[in-house]
Parts: sequence; structure tokens; C-alpha cells
Amino acid sequence: MAFLLRRLLQGITTLIVVSLLIFVGVFAIGNPVYVLVDPSSPPEVIQETIRNLGLDRPLYEQYLRFVIAALHGDFGTSYVHAQPSLLLIAHRLPATLELVVTSLCIAVTIGVPLGLVAGYWARSGLSRWISSLAVLGISVPTFWIGLVLIIVFALDLHLVPTGGRGQTVTLLGMQTSLLTIDGLRHLALPALTLSLFPTALIVRLTRAGIREHRRMDYVRFARAMGIARARILLQYMLRNILIPIVTILGLVFGTLIAFSVVTESIFSWPGMGKLIIDSIKVSDRPVIVAYLLFVVTLFLVVNLVVDMISAALDPRIRLARAE
Amino acid sequence: MDRFQAVLASPGSVLAGGVIVLCVLAAIFAPLIAPQNPYDLAQLSLIDSESSPLSTGSTGMFFLFGTDDQGRDIFSAILYGLRLSLAVALFATVIAASLGVTVGLLSAYAGGRIEAVLMRIVDMQLSFPAVLIALMLIAALGSGVEKVILAIIGVQWASYARTARGAALVEREREYVEAARCLAYGKPRIMFLHILPNCLAPLSILATVEIGAAITIEATLSFLGVGLPITQPSLGLLIANGYPFMLSGKYWLSVFPGIVLMTLVIAVNVMGEVIREAFDPRDGE
Repeated sequence: MAFLLRRLLQGITTLIVVSLLIFVGVFAIGNPVYVLVDPSSPPEVIQETIRNLGLDRPLYEQYLRFVIAALHGDFGTSYVHAQPSLLLIAHRLPATLELVVTSLCIAVTIGVPLGLVAGYWARSGLSRWISSLAVLGISVPTFWIGLVLIIVFALDLHLVPTGGRGQTVTLLGMQTSLLTIDGLRHLALPALTLSLFPTALIVRLTRAGIREHRRMDYVRFARAMGIARARILLQYMLRNILIPIVTILGLVFGTLIAFSVVTESIFSWPGMGKLIIDSIKVSDRPVIVAYLLFVVTLFLVVNLVVDMISAALDPRIRLARAE
Repeated sequence: MDRFQAVLASPGSVLAGGVIVLCVLAAIFAPLIAPQNPYDLAQLSLIDSESSPLSTGSTGMFFLFGTDDQGRDIFSAILYGLRLSLAVALFATVIAASLGVTVGLLSAYAGGRIEAVLMRIVDMQLSFPAVLIALMLIAALGSGVEKVILAIIGVQWASYARTARGAALVEREREYVEAARCLAYGKPRIMFLHILPNCLAPLSILATVEIGAAITIEATLSFLGVGLPITQPSLGLLIANGYPFMLSGKYWLSVFPGIVLMTLVIAVNVMGEVIREAFDPRDGE
């Protein structure tokens, strides 16, 4: 419990520091007035706008007002969309979540088995191939992979569309494209693109974990007892390397939310990532600030949950942190 | 020396090293190699616009990779783009490494509260994905060459700081440091002249990987349209500019810059991997 409290406190401190940085960074540099008002309009109008926005106040007062409003869920109104910026983000969130969760599922289903094989038969040719592919998956820029997939699967083979979200249905109040054929066809390429990085990561992690555990006594003992390899691998070793995988999955979830910025832009996927890039291009500050704070909060929450899960999975972590 | 021999002996490193050297040379000598200066409008001819690869233009110029919508030779544009991409990545890496290493050494040597505060900042930053940090900085700074360099520095300094501190903590306890202290050398001298040279192995492995990452960050930001300005097309921007033409079948505008970018980044990463394995005692089974 003390551990949980301390982590919570850490998270809140981080959030305050980050919000301060974002506020100073986005609001203090440059003057947003000229984004809103034509610079050639009469000085009274400009003065009036500055006063209405509270930009004539000292910076700390502006920050306090911003924090108080933010705590009430008010991050300001988008300059471009004329809607509350948090609402805009909330509308785009399901699309991004759908993409990220699908990618993670792909990454686990492909990554764990490949990693198991590559780790257990570490010296085989197959293992080398898997490892090289993993290096590729981590190093090649995501946007380039996306483009190649578009060229091959959309432009050349005409299997899937080049972008957009396709037909969606409402499920539990959320729009989802997982339940229609058209939606799935639209989802396939972006999800695959986004999944390459986490797949490669999971392959490497699983491979390293298996290689390490292969030499441990419990595995030797199990083999000496004549237990089938598949059973040693799946029942004994997999369980032991599950903790780092769960941890990484949580961290990768946050990374993918951020990474989806790139994927969504390539495939015109109407998620938060596309929103933030469009907003940065037109300096739509309330949306930028709301997005960054939202993602940072999401990230901190996910990290906290991951810590709790790994503590639940492994009592050693709990004991080590209690000290 | 065995390690360096191991690096040299691996076929991957020879190939990757060759690619890297080729790219660097092509970038340095771009104005000499390129058939045309792609940004001198007088040398462009609209008649040659969107020529396919391996075609010959109206002036008899040979277009290896075709031309763009303004008749610009893609091969020349790639050479100039490579120049920009590499320059941005290297410049950012050098500054990020110097800054990060200084912070890392300082906190390892100073210890106490300074170390705690600095490392807390490093940990906090490293817990966020690089793309997010880069976007935050770009959102605050705006786009442009120096802003992209700043964003890359902002993303990467922390990993150098952590690695430098880790290595320096080990080195600090060695006898030669004690000896230097007994000689009453100043702290900066011990830190930079005695400890730093012994931390170079892990730092150079990191730097190799981070250069690849820097190239990728710049390309990604530019591709998204929030990186380099349209007047300074790096590889990422070339890919972005060619993207609309790809949908109408004119693939060469994007594909060739993309292949060059991909080859370069993979080569840098393979190099990093080979060096890492050569220095990693665990792989010597």
C-alpha cells in the first residue's frame, strides 16, 4: 500500500512538472493572439483579445488559471474546431485505442512464439533469421514501412484500401471498426505497421529471456526428468519470462499511443495522433496542450498499473520495493 | 584488440560499414557527384517533369531515379537530402552526447543530492517514448532545422547521461582514479581525462545506435510536415513530397529516397548490433 501511495505521489509530481513545462513551452513562446486575430486589425481589437484571453496577466497567474480550469476538465476551446479540446480528443480516442490494442494483439501472437523458437534453438539458422528481422523491425522508420505496405497491398494487389477508417458500428457507445468487414480491411494495414515495432521488441525480449533461462537448473532438471520439450518451454520457461513481457507490454502500450501519430498520419486514420499533427501544423494550442497532458497522464497511469501487475505476478518485486 | 578484430571479421559489419562510408562520402561530395543542382531552378526543365527512372531528359541528362513534378532529378535530390539528413543527425548527436556525458559524469562524480536530482530528471524523461518528447519539443519550438536539432538533443541527451553515469560509477572505484586523486588532480581533470576515456566503449555503442535513431526522428518529423522546412528537403521530406504522386502510380518520387533512408538506418543499426555483440561477454559462449 505504501508502495502504491509513493508511486501515485511520484506520478502526480511528474504530471505537475510536465504540465509546467508544456505550459511554459507552448504558451510562453510566441503570441497566440496573432493566430486568432488578423495582425493588421486595429490595436483596440488586439488589446481586447489579449485581455479576454488573460494574456496580460503574469505567467504564474496564467498557469494557475490553466491548472484550475484543467482540473475542471476545461482545456480551452480549439481555435480551429471551435469545440472543447478535451472533447475533441475524447472523440478521437476510440479510433486510436482500437489501432493500438489490435497492434499489441498482433505483436503478442507473432512475437512470443518467434521469440521462443529463436531463444530455444539460439544457434539455428532460423533463429538468426528471426533475430535479423527483429533488428529490422526496430530500426526501420515506421512511416517507411507503412508506405511500403501501402504500395504492395493497396496499390499493387488491391487487397485493402490505402487509408481511412471505413465502416464502423456503435458498440457500448464507442465507434468500432472491428465488427465490419470493411472496417477490418481498413484496420489491417495500419495495425500491421504499428505492430512491427512491438513485435520486434517482444521477439528480442522473449529470445533473451529463454536463452538466459535455458541454462538454469530448473530447466536442466526438467529435461533430465524427461519432460517433453514443448512442455518445458510453454509451461515452465514461458511462465518465468512472462513478467518482463507484461512490463514491456504496458510500456509499449504508451509508446504505441505516441507512435500512432505517425501511423495515423500515413493512413489518414482519424485518431488522436492525426489530430495532434494537424493541430501542431496550425498552432492550435489548446488541443496541443490537452493532447500532451492527456497522453502523459495515460502513460503514467499505465506505468502504475504495470508496476502493480508485475508486483502481483512476482512477490520478489513486492519485497524488494517494500524495503 | 580482439574485439575490434571481431567487429571487422563479421560480414554484416563489412557490408554495413561499406554502406555507411558510401553514404557519408556521397553526402560530403554531393555537389560534385550530383548531375544537377536540384535547387537551382535554372537547371530544372518542366518538360522533363515526372520522367520515369532510367530515362533521358530533353537536355540529354540521364535520370537514374526519374524526376519529380518540377523536372528535378531524384538522384541529385537524394544526394542533397542525404547531406541534410546526415548533417542534422550528426550535429544533434555530437551535442546530445557532450551534454549527456557531462551530466552523467558530473552526477557520478558529485554524488549526493546533485546526482539524485539529475538522475530523477533522466529517469523521468526516459520513461516517456522518444516520439512523444520530440513532438512536445516541436509543439513548443515550432519547426525548422535548428528546432529539429534541438528536439533530437532533447530526446537523446538522457540516454547518454544514464550510460555515462553507469560506466563512470564503475570506473570511479578503480585504483587509477584513487591514484589520480592522491596526486591532487582537480575533479574536472579526473572526470574528463581519466574516467571519460575508460567509459568510451559503452558510449560509442550507444552513439552508433543513437545516430540511427536521430536520422529516423528527423525523417519522421519531416515526413509528418513538422520537421525541416520545405526549402530544405531531407530524405524524410522527399518521401513526403513524393507521397501524393505514389497514389497515381509514380512510385519513384518516394521509393528511391525511402530505400536510401532505410538502407542507411539499417546499416547504422547493424553496425551498432555488431559492436554491441563484440563487447558483450555473454555472447561468447
